[in-house]
Amino acid sequence: MAQEEAEQRGGVQITAVHLKLGTLSGVVKEALQSAYEMACYDTPLQGSRLIVEEVAVVVLCPTCHRQRPLSSIQLFCCPECGTPTSEVVQGKELEVVALEIEAWAHNPV
Amino acid sequence: MGSQPRLVEVRKNVLKQNDLAARALREQFRAPGVFVVSLVSSPGSGKTMFLEKTLTLLRQSHRVAALVGDLATENDAIRLARSQAPVKQITTGTLCHLEAAMVQNALKGWDLNQLDFLFIENVGNLVCPSSYDLGENLRLVLLSVTEGEDKPLKYPTIFNSADIAVVTKMDLAPAVEFDWHCAYGNIQAVRPGMPVFKLSARTGDGMDEYLSFLTARLDELRTPAAT
Repeated sequence: MAQEEAEQRGGVQITAVHLKLGTLSGVVKEALQSAYEMACYDTPLQGSRLIVEEVAVVVLCPTCHRQRPLSSIQLFCCPECGTPTSEVVQGKELEVVALEIEAWAHNPV
Repeated sequence: MGSQPRLVEVRKNVLKQNDLAARALREQFRAPGVFVVSLVSSPGSGKTMFLEKTLTLLRQSHRVAALVGDLATENDAIRLARSQAPVKQITTGTLCHLEAAMVQNALKGWDLNQLDFLFIENVGNLVCPSSYDLGENLRLVLLSVTEGEDKPLKYPTIFNSADIAVVTKMDLAPAVEFDWHCAYGNIQAVRPGMPVFKLSARTGDGMDEYLSFLTARLDELRTPAAT
């Protein structure tokens, strides 16, 4: 995906990929890091960095009507009032948010 | 000449391809009004037995079919074929989960207009399938009593992604001293409000209640929303 973006822009080198990773994405940061390195091997992305921003789970409390961070994914309830809730508003992300690219001098971005 | 690094915003879901395929599937299912149930569980929880019973009982009143994902063998499809329902195997090779595109491929040649229910049995795995939308109406997570009451706490992500939970092999509960209240509490802790059914696919106890739930959901799907 990152490479496609680079090709669309033409003649640029991607030096880093910024990714948001939610606790509920089903993906583990460490595993993703090593998989990324392997996937990049022998491609134009080889040597680029994967910068992972971990996103905690935030739920909507039906009692407080507020968004609250979950204290544990083993207990889906409002950390303030204890109301159980399954309304996840954040924490499922597995999303490329940005690319760091380097333009070659003759081919400005 | 030097080069200047620059940050470009992208904002793309890594699983975009799968999400697009899942959306296409959902559209494909919507027109004929097929109710699609996907099954996830750990290996050996009795998914195939459970599905065989489901198909056998449900086909007395409804038109049912199943897709079944497995790493290597076609044994599951052969077992499920005993239910007399149309069954197709998706052999994933070394892949530990099903993806929407595999479901799309497997459906080629099937007339969805001839179906009420389609079941998709995922590969036995409580980790990877949680990230892949298959266009289903309902994700069912199966937990067998022999696995222990704390499975939901060990795999909260998949339990949280499910819509209903079925606790099966209840006929073995006394032998393994299974604590139903503890298991129920753990399921509710990771997914508050999720309907939970307890049954034994082998003896058939509890199957009725679960099947009534499914048929009610099908009726709901086919009832035009009140305006």
